[in-house]
Amino acid sequence: MIRFTDVSKSFGAKRVLDHFSLEIPTGQTTVLLGYSGTGKSVALKHIVGLLEPDEGIVEVDGQIVPELSRDDLVRLRSSIGYVFQFAALFDSLSVFDNVALGLRQQRRSEADVAARVAASLERVGLADQGDRFPSELSGGMRKRVGIARAIALEPRYILYDEPTTGLDPVTSAVIDELMVRTKRDLGVTGVVVTHDMRSAFAVADRIAMLYQGRVHAVGTVDEIRRTDDPVVRQFIEGRP
Amino acid sequence: MTDRLNRIGVAQLGFIRRTGRWAADAWRALGLPRIWAPQVIPQMRRLGVDSIPIALFLAVFTGIVLALLASYIFTGAVPLYFVGALVAKTIMMELGPVLTGMALAGRVGANIAAELGTMKVTEQVDALETLAVDVHAYLVVPRTIAATVMFPVVTAMAIAVGVVSGWITATNLLDLSTQEFFKGVRQFYQFKDAWFGLVKSASFGCAIAIMGSLTGLRTQGGAEGVGRSTTRAVVLGCEAILVLDAFWALVLL
Ligand SMILES: Nc1ncnc2c1ncn2[C@@H]1O[C@H](COP(=O)(O)OP(=O)(O)OP(=O)(O)O)[C@@H](O)[C@H]1O
Ligand SMILES: [Mg+2]
Repeated sequence: MIRFTDVSKSFGAKRVLDHFSLEIPTGQTTVLLGYSGTGKSVALKHIVGLLEPDEGIVEVDGQIVPELSRDDLVRLRSSIGYVFQFAALFDSLSVFDNVALGLRQQRRSEADVAARVAASLERVGLADQGDRFPSELSGGMRKRVGIARAIALEPRYILYDEPTTGLDPVTSAVIDELMVRTKRDLGVTGVVVTHDMRSAFAVADRIAMLYQGRVHAVGTVDEIRRTDDPVVRQFIEGRP
Repeated sequence: MTDRLNRIGVAQLGFIRRTGRWAADAWRALGLPRIWAPQVIPQMRRLGVDSIPIALFLAVFTGIVLALLASYIFTGAVPLYFVGALVAKTIMMELGPVLTGMALAGRVGANIAAELGTMKVTEQVDALETLAVDVHAYLVVPRTIAATVMFPVVTAMAIAVGVVSGWITATNLLDLSTQEFFKGVRQFYQFKDAWFGLVKSASFGCAIAIMGSLTGLRTQGGAEGVGRSTTRAVVLGCEAILVLDAFWALVLL
Protein backbone atom coordinates (compact mmCIF):
# COMPACT_ATOMS: atom_id res chain seq x y z
CA MET A 1 0.00 0.00 0.00
CA ILE A 2 1.24 3.42 -0.97
CA ARG A 3 -0.25 6.35 0.92
CA PHE A 4 0.08 10.10 0.47
CA THR A 5 -1.23 12.11 3.40
CA ASP A 6 -1.58 15.88 3.01
CA VAL A 7 1.53 16.12 0.88
CA SER A 8 2.60 19.57 -0.29
CA LYS A 9 5.50 20.31 -2.60
CA SER A 10 6.64 23.60 -4.08
CA PHE A 11 9.36 24.51 -6.54
CA GLY A 12 10.33 28.08 -5.74
CA ALA A 13 7.09 30.03 -5.47
CA LYS A 14 5.14 27.46 -7.47
CA ARG A 15 3.06 25.10 -5.35
CA VAL A 16 2.72 21.91 -7.34
CA LEU A 17 1.17 19.52 -4.80
CA ASP A 18 -1.17 21.16 -2.32
CA HIS A 19 -2.40 18.88 0.46
CA PHE A 20 -2.41 15.91 -1.89
CA SER A 21 -3.85 12.74 -0.32
CA LEU A 22 -4.24 9.39 -2.05
CA GLU A 23 -4.23 5.70 -1.14
CA ILE A 24 -2.96 3.17 -3.64
CA PRO A 25 -4.15 -0.27 -2.58
CA THR A 26 -2.01 -3.35 -3.11
CA GLY A 27 -2.77 -5.73 -5.97
CA GLN A 28 -4.66 -3.22 -8.09
CA THR A 29 -3.80 -0.79 -10.82
CA THR A 30 -4.48 2.83 -9.95
CA VAL A 31 -4.53 5.36 -12.77
CA LEU A 32 -3.60 8.94 -12.01
CA LEU A 33 -5.16 11.37 -14.47
CA GLY A 34 -4.51 15.05 -14.80
CA TYR A 35 -3.70 17.95 -17.07
CA SER A 36 -0.18 18.49 -18.26
CA GLY A 37 1.98 20.13 -15.66
CA THR A 38 -0.29 19.40 -12.68
CA GLY A 39 2.38 17.39 -10.85
CA LYS A 40 1.70 13.77 -11.74
CA SER A 41 5.37 12.99 -12.33
CA VAL A 42 6.25 14.93 -9.20
CA ALA A 43 3.86 12.74 -7.18
CA LEU A 44 5.41 9.53 -8.57
CA LYS A 45 8.92 10.69 -7.70
CA HIS A 46 7.92 11.05 -4.06
CA ILE A 47 7.14 7.34 -3.90
CA VAL A 48 10.75 6.32 -4.58
CA GLY A 49 12.29 9.21 -2.66
CA LEU A 50 13.63 11.08 -5.69
CA LEU A 51 11.77 14.08 -4.26
CA GLU A 52 10.92 14.80 -0.66
CA PRO A 53 7.69 16.50 0.43
CA ASP A 54 7.79 19.95 2.02
CA GLU A 55 4.93 18.86 4.25
CA GLY A 56 2.91 15.72 4.73
CA ILE A 57 3.70 12.03 4.72
CA VAL A 58 4.53 9.58 1.95
CA GLU A 59 4.37 5.95 3.05
CA VAL A 60 5.07 2.70 1.26
CA ASP A 61 4.10 -0.45 3.16
CA GLY A 62 3.98 1.58 6.35
CA GLN A 63 7.51 2.97 5.94
CA ILE A 64 7.81 6.75 5.74
CA VAL A 65 9.95 7.24 2.63
CA PRO A 66 11.95 10.40 3.46
CA GLU A 67 12.85 9.02 6.88
CA LEU A 68 14.36 5.79 5.60
CA SER A 69 18.05 5.11 6.13
CA ARG A 70 20.15 4.78 3.01
CA ASP A 71 20.09 0.97 3.15
CA ASP A 72 16.35 0.79 3.72
CA LEU A 73 15.78 3.19 0.84
CA VAL A 74 17.89 0.98 -1.42
CA ARG A 75 15.83 -2.02 -0.33
CA LEU A 76 12.57 -0.17 -0.93
CA ARG A 77 13.71 0.98 -4.36
CA SER A 78 14.56 -2.52 -5.45
CA SER A 79 10.94 -3.49 -4.81
CA ILE A 80 9.62 -0.65 -6.99
CA GLY A 81 10.02 -0.48 -10.76
CA TYR A 82 9.92 2.98 -12.30
CA VAL A 83 9.10 3.51 -15.97
CA PHE A 84 10.19 7.06 -16.79
CA GLN A 85 8.13 9.39 -18.95
CA PHE A 86 10.89 9.68 -21.55
CA ALA A 87 12.25 6.18 -20.88
CA ALA A 88 15.55 7.53 -19.43
CA LEU A 89 17.54 4.68 -20.96
CA PHE A 90 21.30 4.77 -20.38
CA ASP A 91 22.52 5.78 -23.79
CA SER A 92 26.04 4.45 -23.30
CA LEU A 93 24.70 0.93 -22.69
CA SER A 94 23.10 -1.57 -25.04
CA VAL A 95 19.47 -2.59 -24.55
CA PHE A 96 20.66 -5.79 -22.87
CA ASP A 97 22.92 -3.92 -20.43
CA ASN A 98 20.19 -1.37 -19.69
CA VAL A 99 17.93 -4.16 -18.49
CA ALA A 100 20.81 -6.03 -16.80
CA LEU A 101 22.16 -3.09 -14.77
CA GLY A 102 19.70 -3.34 -11.89
CA LEU A 103 20.01 -7.13 -11.78
CA ARG A 104 23.80 -6.99 -11.60
CA GLN A 105 23.47 -4.82 -8.50
CA GLN A 106 21.88 -7.76 -6.77
CA ARG A 107 24.97 -9.95 -7.11
CA ARG A 108 23.29 -12.55 -9.30
CA SER A 109 25.29 -14.89 -11.50
CA GLU A 110 25.77 -13.69 -15.06
CA ALA A 111 23.78 -16.68 -16.35
CA ASP A 112 20.85 -15.76 -14.14
CA VAL A 113 21.08 -12.14 -15.28
CA ALA A 114 21.12 -13.19 -18.93
CA ALA A 115 18.11 -15.43 -18.46
CA ARG A 116 16.08 -12.74 -16.73
CA VAL A 117 17.01 -10.08 -19.26
CA ALA A 118 15.97 -12.42 -22.07
CA ALA A 119 12.67 -13.16 -20.34
CA SER A 120 11.93 -9.46 -19.77
CA LEU A 121 12.76 -8.47 -23.34
CA GLU A 122 10.62 -11.34 -24.56
CA ARG A 123 7.74 -10.05 -22.47
CA VAL A 124 7.85 -6.64 -24.17
CA GLY A 125 8.37 -8.17 -27.61
CA LEU A 126 11.98 -7.08 -28.08
CA ALA A 127 13.69 -10.43 -27.66
CA ASP A 128 16.05 -9.92 -30.60
CA GLN A 129 16.99 -6.28 -29.90
CA GLY A 130 19.41 -6.76 -27.00
CA ASP A 131 22.50 -5.68 -28.93
CA ARG A 132 21.13 -2.38 -30.17
CA PHE A 133 21.70 0.97 -28.52
CA PRO A 134 18.94 3.31 -27.32
CA SER A 135 19.77 5.89 -30.00
CA GLU A 136 18.88 3.30 -32.65
CA LEU A 137 15.39 2.66 -31.27
CA SER A 138 12.03 4.31 -31.96
CA GLY A 139 10.15 6.06 -29.17
CA GLY A 140 7.80 3.13 -28.67
CA MET A 141 10.65 0.65 -28.50
CA ARG A 142 12.44 2.81 -25.93
CA LYS A 143 9.33 2.86 -23.76
CA ARG A 144 9.14 -0.92 -23.96
CA VAL A 145 12.80 -1.26 -23.00
CA GLY A 146 12.01 1.02 -20.05
CA ILE A 147 9.22 -1.34 -19.04
CA ALA A 148 11.49 -4.38 -19.47
CA ARG A 149 14.08 -2.72 -17.24
CA ALA A 150 11.45 -2.18 -14.55
CA ILE A 151 9.90 -5.68 -14.65
CA ALA A 152 13.28 -7.48 -14.78
CA LEU A 153 13.72 -6.85 -11.06
CA GLU A 154 10.36 -8.52 -10.34
CA PRO A 155 9.21 -5.58 -8.26
CA ARG A 156 6.08 -5.55 -6.14
CA TYR A 157 5.15 -2.11 -7.45
CA ILE A 158 5.57 -0.59 -10.89
CA LEU A 159 5.13 3.12 -11.51
CA TYR A 160 4.41 3.88 -15.15
CA ASP A 161 4.82 7.53 -16.16
CA GLU A 162 2.79 8.05 -19.34
CA PRO A 163 3.63 4.70 -20.89
CA THR A 164 1.50 5.24 -24.00
CA THR A 165 1.86 8.96 -24.69
CA GLY A 166 3.02 9.65 -28.21
CA LEU A 167 2.54 6.11 -29.49
CA ASP A 168 0.31 4.88 -32.30
CA PRO A 169 -3.01 3.26 -31.22
CA VAL A 170 -1.85 -0.27 -31.85
CA THR A 171 1.43 0.06 -29.97
CA SER A 172 -0.52 1.76 -27.16
CA ALA A 173 -2.89 -1.20 -27.01
CA VAL A 174 0.10 -3.57 -26.89
CA ILE A 175 1.52 -1.67 -23.93
CA ASP A 176 -1.88 -1.59 -22.19
CA GLU A 177 -2.06 -5.32 -22.55
CA LEU A 178 1.47 -5.67 -21.27
CA MET A 179 0.53 -3.72 -18.14
CA VAL A 180 -2.56 -5.85 -17.58
CA ARG A 181 -0.56 -9.07 -18.04
CA THR A 182 2.20 -7.85 -15.76
CA LYS A 183 -0.34 -7.26 -13.01
CA ARG A 184 -2.03 -10.62 -13.59
CA ASP A 185 1.09 -12.78 -14.03
CA LEU A 186 3.43 -11.15 -11.55
CA GLY A 187 0.87 -9.80 -9.08
CA VAL A 188 2.26 -6.32 -9.38
CA THR A 189 0.60 -3.24 -7.89
CA GLY A 190 0.59 -0.60 -10.60
CA VAL A 191 0.40 3.16 -10.65
CA VAL A 192 -0.17 4.52 -14.14
CA VAL A 193 0.09 8.22 -14.92
CA THR A 194 -1.60 9.06 -18.18
CA HIS A 195 -3.90 11.40 -20.05
CA ASP A 196 -4.78 8.75 -22.60
CA MET A 197 -8.38 7.90 -21.60
CA ARG A 198 -8.55 4.74 -23.66
CA SER A 199 -5.47 3.43 -21.93
CA ALA A 200 -6.83 4.50 -18.55
CA PHE A 201 -10.06 2.56 -18.95
CA ALA A 202 -8.19 -0.46 -20.31
CA VAL A 203 -5.80 -0.90 -17.40
CA ALA A 204 -7.39 0.72 -14.35
CA ASP A 205 -9.03 -0.80 -11.33
CA ARG A 206 -9.26 2.62 -9.75
CA ILE A 207 -8.90 6.09 -11.22
CA ALA A 208 -7.86 9.27 -9.42
CA MET A 209 -7.84 12.71 -10.95
CA LEU A 210 -5.20 15.23 -9.91
CA TYR A 211 -6.43 18.78 -10.25
CA GLN A 212 -4.97 21.99 -8.81
CA GLY A 213 -2.48 20.15 -6.64
CA ARG A 214 -4.86 17.71 -4.99
CA VAL A 215 -7.00 14.69 -5.75
CA HIS A 216 -10.20 16.07 -7.18
CA ALA A 217 -12.01 12.77 -7.64
CA VAL A 218 -11.25 9.12 -7.05
CA GLY A 219 -13.23 5.93 -7.67
CA THR A 220 -13.57 2.69 -9.57
CA VAL A 221 -13.58 2.78 -13.36
CA ASP A 222 -17.39 2.62 -13.40
CA GLU A 223 -17.78 5.36 -10.84
CA ILE A 224 -15.52 7.65 -12.81
CA ARG A 225 -17.21 6.79 -16.08
CA ARG A 226 -20.60 7.67 -14.62
CA THR A 227 -19.60 10.68 -12.54
CA ASP A 228 -21.29 13.98 -13.21
CA ASP A 229 -18.46 16.03 -11.76
CA PRO A 230 -17.89 18.70 -14.43
CA VAL A 231 -14.09 18.77 -14.15
CA VAL A 232 -13.79 15.01 -14.58
CA ARG A 233 -16.40 14.89 -17.35
CA GLN A 234 -14.63 17.60 -19.28
CA PHE A 235 -11.32 15.78 -18.96
CA ILE A 236 -12.53 12.32 -19.98
CA GLU A 237 -14.60 13.64 -22.84
CA GLY A 238 -11.76 15.87 -23.97
CA ARG A 239 -13.93 18.98 -24.36
CA PRO A 240 -12.12 22.33 -24.62
CA MET B 1 21.98 43.60 9.82
CA THR B 2 21.56 40.50 11.97
CA ASP B 3 19.10 39.36 9.37
CA ARG B 4 21.75 39.61 6.69
CA LEU B 5 24.32 37.86 8.87
CA ASN B 6 21.78 35.15 9.51
CA ARG B 7 21.22 34.69 5.84
CA ILE B 8 24.95 34.39 5.14
CA GLY B 9 25.20 31.95 8.04
CA VAL B 10 22.37 29.86 6.64
CA ALA B 11 23.89 29.83 3.16
CA GLN B 12 27.22 28.79 4.61
CA LEU B 13 25.65 26.06 6.70
CA GLY B 14 23.97 24.77 3.56
CA PHE B 15 27.28 24.75 1.75
CA ILE B 16 29.05 22.97 4.59
CA ARG B 17 26.27 20.43 4.89
CA ARG B 18 26.32 19.76 1.14
CA THR B 19 30.08 19.35 1.08
CA GLY B 20 29.93 17.08 4.11
CA ARG B 21 27.23 14.93 2.61
CA TRP B 22 29.12 14.78 -0.65
CA ALA B 23 32.28 13.68 1.12
CA ALA B 24 30.32 10.99 2.96
CA ASP B 25 28.78 9.78 -0.31
CA ALA B 26 32.18 9.66 -1.98
CA TRP B 27 33.67 7.76 0.93
CA ARG B 28 30.90 5.18 0.86
CA ALA B 29 31.21 4.89 -2.92
CA LEU B 30 34.93 4.09 -2.65
CA GLY B 31 33.93 1.02 -0.66
CA LEU B 32 32.01 -0.38 -3.63
CA PRO B 33 34.80 -1.42 -6.03
CA ARG B 34 32.44 -4.01 -7.52
CA ILE B 35 30.60 -1.12 -9.17
CA TRP B 36 33.41 1.25 -10.12
CA ALA B 37 36.33 -1.07 -10.86
CA PRO B 38 35.11 -2.37 -14.23
CA GLN B 39 34.81 1.18 -15.53
CA VAL B 40 38.19 2.56 -14.57
CA ILE B 41 40.10 1.26 -17.62
CA PRO B 42 37.59 2.50 -20.21
CA GLN B 43 37.53 5.89 -18.48
CA MET B 44 41.34 6.00 -18.42
CA ARG B 45 41.31 5.47 -22.13
CA ARG B 46 38.65 8.07 -22.75
CA LEU B 47 39.87 10.77 -20.40
CA GLY B 48 43.60 10.10 -20.61
CA VAL B 49 44.71 8.50 -23.84
CA ASP B 50 42.44 10.65 -25.96
CA SER B 51 43.94 13.76 -24.37
CA ILE B 52 47.51 12.96 -25.35
CA PRO B 53 47.55 14.77 -28.73
CA ILE B 54 46.48 18.13 -27.34
CA ALA B 55 48.92 17.84 -24.44
CA LEU B 56 51.85 17.02 -26.73
CA PHE B 57 50.91 19.78 -29.14
CA LEU B 58 51.12 22.29 -26.30
CA ALA B 59 54.40 20.81 -25.07
CA VAL B 60 56.15 21.18 -28.42
CA PHE B 61 55.47 24.91 -28.54
CA THR B 62 56.26 25.44 -24.89
CA GLY B 63 59.69 23.87 -25.46
CA ILE B 64 60.44 26.09 -28.44
CA VAL B 65 59.39 29.30 -26.71
CA LEU B 66 61.25 28.49 -23.50
CA ALA B 67 64.52 27.79 -25.31
CA LEU B 68 64.33 31.04 -27.25
CA LEU B 69 63.23 32.98 -24.20
CA ALA B 70 66.06 31.62 -22.08
CA SER B 71 68.73 32.54 -24.60
CA TYR B 72 67.20 36.01 -24.94
CA ILE B 73 67.17 36.56 -21.16
CA PHE B 74 70.70 35.28 -20.67
CA THR B 75 72.16 37.44 -23.52
CA GLY B 76 75.76 36.40 -22.94
CA ALA B 77 75.77 37.29 -19.25
CA VAL B 78 75.09 33.72 -18.27
CA PRO B 79 76.73 30.71 -19.98
CA LEU B 80 74.41 29.50 -22.73
CA TYR B 81 74.26 25.94 -21.44
CA PHE B 82 71.97 27.27 -18.70
CA VAL B 83 69.27 27.21 -21.39
CA GLY B 84 69.08 23.46 -20.89
CA ALA B 85 68.61 23.87 -17.14
CA LEU B 86 65.92 26.50 -17.49
CA VAL B 87 63.95 24.62 -20.13
CA ALA B 88 64.05 21.31 -18.27
CA LYS B 89 63.31 22.72 -14.82
CA THR B 90 60.44 25.00 -15.76
CA ILE B 91 58.81 22.39 -17.97
CA MET B 92 59.13 19.65 -15.37
CA MET B 93 58.08 21.64 -12.37
CA GLU B 94 55.62 24.19 -13.64
CA LEU B 95 54.70 24.53 -17.27
CA GLY B 96 54.31 20.84 -18.05
CA PRO B 97 51.84 20.12 -15.24
CA VAL B 98 49.99 23.44 -15.34
CA LEU B 99 49.59 23.83 -19.09
CA THR B 100 48.64 20.18 -19.50
CA GLY B 101 46.25 20.60 -16.59
CA MET B 102 44.61 23.65 -18.15
CA ALA B 103 44.25 21.95 -21.50
CA LEU B 104 42.75 18.87 -19.89
CA ALA B 105 40.48 21.01 -17.69
CA GLY B 106 38.93 22.06 -20.97
CA ARG B 107 38.77 18.59 -22.40
CA VAL B 108 38.24 16.29 -19.43
CA GLY B 109 36.30 18.63 -17.14
CA ALA B 110 33.95 19.67 -19.92
CA ASN B 111 33.54 16.10 -21.08
CA ILE B 112 32.58 14.85 -17.63
CA ALA B 113 30.24 17.76 -16.89
CA ALA B 114 28.49 17.46 -20.25
CA GLU B 115 28.03 13.72 -19.97
CA LEU B 116 26.79 13.68 -16.39
CA GLY B 117 24.74 16.84 -16.99
CA THR B 118 22.98 15.22 -19.93
CA MET B 119 22.32 12.14 -17.83
CA LYS B 120 20.88 14.35 -15.12
CA VAL B 121 18.48 16.30 -17.32
CA THR B 122 17.32 13.20 -19.20
CA GLU B 123 16.54 11.53 -15.85
CA GLN B 124 19.18 8.83 -16.33
CA VAL B 125 20.60 9.75 -12.95
CA ASP B 126 17.15 9.33 -11.40
CA ALA B 127 16.87 6.01 -13.19
CA LEU B 128 20.15 4.86 -11.64
CA GLU B 129 18.81 5.81 -8.23
CA THR B 130 15.58 3.89 -8.71
CA LEU B 131 17.58 0.84 -9.80
CA ALA B 132 19.41 1.19 -6.47
CA VAL B 133 22.74 1.81 -8.24
CA ASP B 134 25.07 4.02 -6.20
CA VAL B 135 25.43 7.08 -8.43
CA HIS B 136 28.74 8.14 -6.92
CA ALA B 137 30.27 4.70 -7.23
CA TYR B 138 28.98 4.25 -10.75
CA LEU B 139 29.70 7.68 -12.22
CA VAL B 140 32.00 9.77 -10.06
CA VAL B 141 34.59 7.36 -8.63
CA PRO B 142 35.77 5.72 -11.89
CA ARG B 143 36.21 9.10 -13.56
CA THR B 144 38.06 10.55 -10.60
CA ILE B 145 40.43 7.59 -10.32
CA ALA B 146 41.02 7.56 -14.07
CA ALA B 147 41.85 11.27 -14.15
CA THR B 148 44.10 11.06 -11.08
CA VAL B 149 46.09 8.22 -12.61
CA MET B 150 46.19 9.48 -16.19
CA PHE B 151 47.06 13.14 -15.65
CA PRO B 152 50.61 12.33 -14.44
CA VAL B 153 51.04 9.91 -17.35
CA VAL B 154 50.01 12.48 -19.92
CA THR B 155 52.02 15.15 -18.11
CA ALA B 156 55.15 12.97 -18.11
CA MET B 157 54.83 12.56 -21.86
CA ALA B 158 54.32 16.28 -22.27
CA ILE B 159 57.43 16.98 -20.19
CA ALA B 160 59.53 14.61 -22.29
CA VAL B 161 58.27 16.11 -25.52
CA GLY B 162 58.73 19.65 -24.22
CA VAL B 163 62.35 19.06 -23.26
CA VAL B 164 63.10 17.38 -26.56
CA SER B 165 61.50 20.25 -28.45
CA GLY B 166 63.58 22.71 -26.39
CA TRP B 167 66.70 20.74 -27.22
CA ILE B 168 65.93 20.68 -30.95
CA THR B 169 65.31 24.42 -30.88
CA ALA B 170 68.51 25.08 -28.94
CA THR B 171 70.72 23.05 -31.24
CA ASN B 172 69.17 24.37 -34.44
CA LEU B 173 68.37 27.99 -33.74
CA LEU B 174 70.83 28.83 -30.96
CA ASP B 175 74.57 28.34 -30.84
CA LEU B 176 74.33 25.38 -28.55
CA SER B 177 75.56 21.82 -28.90
CA THR B 178 73.70 18.77 -27.71
CA GLN B 179 76.38 18.15 -25.05
CA GLU B 180 76.07 21.64 -23.68
CA PHE B 181 72.29 21.53 -23.58
CA PHE B 182 72.23 18.28 -21.62
CA LYS B 183 75.09 19.45 -19.40
CA GLY B 184 72.73 22.20 -18.27
CA VAL B 185 69.85 19.77 -17.84
CA ARG B 186 71.94 17.36 -15.74
CA GLN B 187 73.76 19.89 -13.64
CA PHE B 188 70.65 21.31 -12.03
CA TYR B 189 68.36 18.30 -12.15
CA GLN B 190 67.10 16.98 -8.85
CA PHE B 191 64.90 13.94 -8.45
CA LYS B 192 62.40 16.15 -6.62
CA ASP B 193 61.77 18.17 -9.80
CA ALA B 194 60.25 15.18 -11.50
CA TRP B 195 57.98 13.94 -8.75
CA PHE B 196 56.97 17.46 -7.74
CA GLY B 197 55.49 17.96 -11.21
CA LEU B 198 53.82 14.59 -11.28
CA VAL B 199 52.27 14.89 -7.81
CA LYS B 200 50.88 18.25 -8.83
CA SER B 201 49.38 16.86 -11.99
CA ALA B 202 47.74 13.98 -10.10
CA SER B 203 46.07 16.48 -7.81
CA PHE B 204 44.94 18.53 -10.83
CA GLY B 205 43.38 15.44 -12.38
CA CYS B 206 41.54 14.60 -9.19
CA ALA B 207 40.25 18.16 -8.77
CA ILE B 208 39.12 18.49 -12.38
CA ALA B 209 37.21 15.20 -12.30
CA ILE B 210 35.50 16.14 -9.03
CA MET B 211 34.55 19.62 -10.28
CA GLY B 212 33.23 18.14 -13.53
CA SER B 213 31.19 15.51 -11.70
CA LEU B 214 29.78 17.90 -9.12
CA THR B 215 28.65 20.51 -11.61
CA GLY B 216 27.38 17.79 -13.96
CA LEU B 217 25.25 16.12 -11.31
CA ARG B 218 23.82 19.44 -10.17
CA THR B 219 22.69 20.42 -13.67
CA GLN B 220 19.18 21.77 -14.02
CA GLY B 221 17.09 22.78 -16.98
CA GLY B 222 17.68 21.04 -20.28
CA ALA B 223 20.33 21.61 -22.92
CA GLU B 224 20.93 25.17 -21.74
CA GLY B 225 21.65 23.88 -18.25
CA VAL B 226 24.14 21.38 -19.63
CA GLY B 227 25.93 24.22 -21.43
CA ARG B 228 26.05 26.25 -18.22
CA SER B 229 27.42 23.31 -16.23
CA THR B 230 30.09 22.62 -18.82
CA THR B 231 31.40 26.17 -18.75
CA ARG B 232 31.27 26.21 -14.98
CA ALA B 233 33.21 22.95 -14.75
CA VAL B 234 36.01 24.34 -16.92
CA VAL B 235 36.22 27.59 -14.96
CA LEU B 236 36.19 25.81 -11.60
CA GLY B 237 38.75 23.30 -12.87
CA CYS B 238 41.17 26.04 -13.94
CA GLU B 239 40.70 27.87 -10.65
CA ALA B 240 41.37 24.66 -8.75
CA ILE B 241 44.58 24.17 -10.72
CA LEU B 242 45.87 27.63 -9.83
CA VAL B 243 45.02 27.23 -6.15
CA LEU B 244 46.56 23.76 -5.96
CA ASP B 245 49.63 24.96 -7.82
CA ALA B 246 50.25 27.64 -5.21
CA PHE B 247 49.45 25.18 -2.43
CA TRP B 248 52.05 22.64 -3.58
CA ALA B 249 54.65 25.36 -4.06
CA LEU B 250 54.10 26.45 -0.46
CA VAL B 251 54.10 22.94 0.95
CA LEU B 252 56.76 21.15 -1.06
CA LEU B 253 59.34 23.71 -2.15
N1 LIG C 1 12.86 19.51 -10.53
C1 LIG C 1 11.97 20.51 -10.73
N2 LIG C 1 12.34 21.78 -10.52
C2 LIG C 1 11.49 22.79 -10.71
N3 LIG C 1 10.22 22.64 -11.11
C3 LIG C 1 9.77 21.40 -11.34
C4 LIG C 1 10.63 20.27 -11.17
N4 LIG C 1 9.93 19.15 -11.46
C5 LIG C 1 8.69 19.58 -11.80
N5 LIG C 1 8.58 20.92 -11.75
C6 LIG C 1 7.38 21.71 -12.02
O1 LIG C 1 6.29 21.05 -11.42
C7 LIG C 1 5.16 21.12 -12.25
C8 LIG C 1 4.57 19.73 -12.42
O2 LIG C 1 5.48 18.95 -13.17
P1 LIG C 1 5.20 17.44 -13.55
O3 LIG C 1 6.34 17.01 -14.37
O4 LIG C 1 4.89 16.66 -12.35
O5 LIG C 1 3.90 17.56 -14.45
P2 LIG C 1 3.05 16.37 -15.06
O6 LIG C 1 1.73 16.37 -14.39
O7 LIG C 1 3.85 15.12 -15.00
O8 LIG C 1 2.87 16.88 -16.53
P3 LIG C 1 3.01 16.06 -17.91
O9 LIG C 1 1.72 15.39 -18.13
O10 LIG C 1 3.24 17.13 -18.93
O11 LIG C 1 4.18 15.14 -17.76
C9 LIG C 1 5.59 21.76 -13.53
O12 LIG C 1 5.11 23.09 -13.53
C10 LIG C 1 7.08 21.75 -13.48
O13 LIG C 1 7.58 22.92 -14.07
MG1 LIG D 1 4.94 14.02 -16.28
